[in-house]
Amino acid sequence: MPEQADVLIINTKQSLRTDFIIEVIVMKRRVVITGVGVISPVGNDKETFWNSLLEGKSGIKPVTSFDVTDYPTKIAGEVTDFDPEQYMDKKEIRRTDRFVQFGLAAAKMAVEDSKLEITAENAERVGVYIGSGIGGLSTWEDQHSVLLEKGPRRVSPFFIPMLIANMASGAVSIQFGAKGPTSSAITACATGTNAIGDALRLIQFDHADAMIAGGAEATIRPMAFAGFCSAKAMSTRNDEPEKASRPFDQGRDGFVMGEGAGVVILEELEFAKKRGANILAEVIGYGMSADAFHITSPAPEGDGAARCMRNALKDAGIAPEEVDYINAHGTSTDLGDIAETQAIKAVFGEHAYKLAVSSTKSMTGHLLGATGGIEAIASAYALRDQILPPTINLENPDPECDLDYVPNKARKADVNIVLSNTFGFGGHNATIILKRYEA
Amino acid sequence: MADTLERVKKIIVDRLGVDESKIVLEASFKEDLGADSLDVVELVMELEDEFDLEISDEDAEKITTVGEVVKYIESHK
Repeated sequence: MPEQADVLIINTKQSLRTDFIIEVIVMKRRVVITGVGVISPVGNDKETFWNSLLEGKSGIKPVTSFDVTDYPTKIAGEVTDFDPEQYMDKKEIRRTDRFVQFGLAAAKMAVEDSKLEITAENAERVGVYIGSGIGGLSTWEDQHSVLLEKGPRRVSPFFIPMLIANMASGAVSIQFGAKGPTSSAITACATGTNAIGDALRLIQFDHADAMIAGGAEATIRPMAFAGFCSAKAMSTRNDEPEKASRPFDQGRDGFVMGEGAGVVILEELEFAKKRGANILAEVIGYGMSADAFHITSPAPEGDGAARCMRNALKDAGIAPEEVDYINAHGTSTDLGDIAETQAIKAVFGEHAYKLAVSSTKSMTGHLLGATGGIEAIASAYALRDQILPPTINLENPDPECDLDYVPNKARKADVNIVLSNTFGFGGHNATIILKRYEA
Repeated sequence: MADTLERVKKIIVDRLGVDESKIVLEASFKEDLGADSLDVVELVMELEDEFDLEISDEDAEKITTVGEVVKYIESHK
């Protein structure tokens, strides 16, 4: 096995013509997850989060952070009992948007969980890749009001650094002195998965040895609510908040917004082993595709989603039949859940009916840019504990959604390979594949 | 004067998150109180609101210590 990722194996064969065909195989380094951190509507630490999912506990409640009287949707998965002072000082809190506070908190918990020490020796090989779908929306709203009421001279000098969607990455790299590659994905609801997938590539191809990666979002705010309500995208089952997010069920009527952050520590396998890290799972594949169809609607038959899953399977070098469980995007929208189901059937054929699929959004709601982060964690824990989190509120399955969605109760299972899907507005699709770690 | 200092102190404690005991007349915003250039801009805004006066950018650049702020406010009230 070559030690460096950039070692090339070059086979040269003489073709019928006299020129040469050069076959180049780039060796990808193996990458593992060694720590996780989560802030979510069902718990602000990894174990509370995971136990809530296994118990089938919903985090959806009436919105409390602003007056929802005039909004058709009045429910969301709000993060409650979050105390930013646990993770940063008062001055830092004042100059960071809520989404950055979530991202920083999740990153701190993930680093602590992994026991990774970022030192002068390794700092340049440790990077950060935390995305956000929308960025500092609350900052935007507050400062726009200041602009209208008091004029431009009163707009905060912190407005821009609080607003920009890359700032969770920026803040985390500053906090830990991580000097390696740093970037941020902004692909709507595929953001968290793109961030983890892109970070995976950076380690695979030797640009970094460890990456702090995931997504953060905090958009339970009037502007986002108004916009999503106008787009008729959110559930209005206001009288039964806990039953509102019901992926694959006939009674579903739109997604329910959540907020939070999910961050994982990715490490090159040998780097992790050398320091005796606890390995949670291996990340073996990443795929992307574009629907190239419509700004908000999924492509017919889930064409983009299917190509995305195929790309991830090809990247992982596995057969579709090897996948045991899919953590679905499953947002509880009419078109989306059907399209994803069709895509799974197109990719997996008969095996689609043998593997298990569930949407943890039935409990957490949809964390938009953070969803790929928390769902990667749920996927890794499914591998760790050999148990599948359920799709709750699945009382009357849609006839067009006829797979095994692990209805309503968590289930013990032999799980070796898990695939996690996320699809975003703009037709962005991203899938990662995790595997139970074997030395 | 004492009243002005107290009001200035309150704003600095709130904005910079520093211990009140550190806020003496000689304290420099950047060197002693840990303010960066963005903090200083924000402090100036707060002071303008609190004391209902306008501090020009030119004047703001010359003010570097707590004492200078108090003196400026006293002479422009």
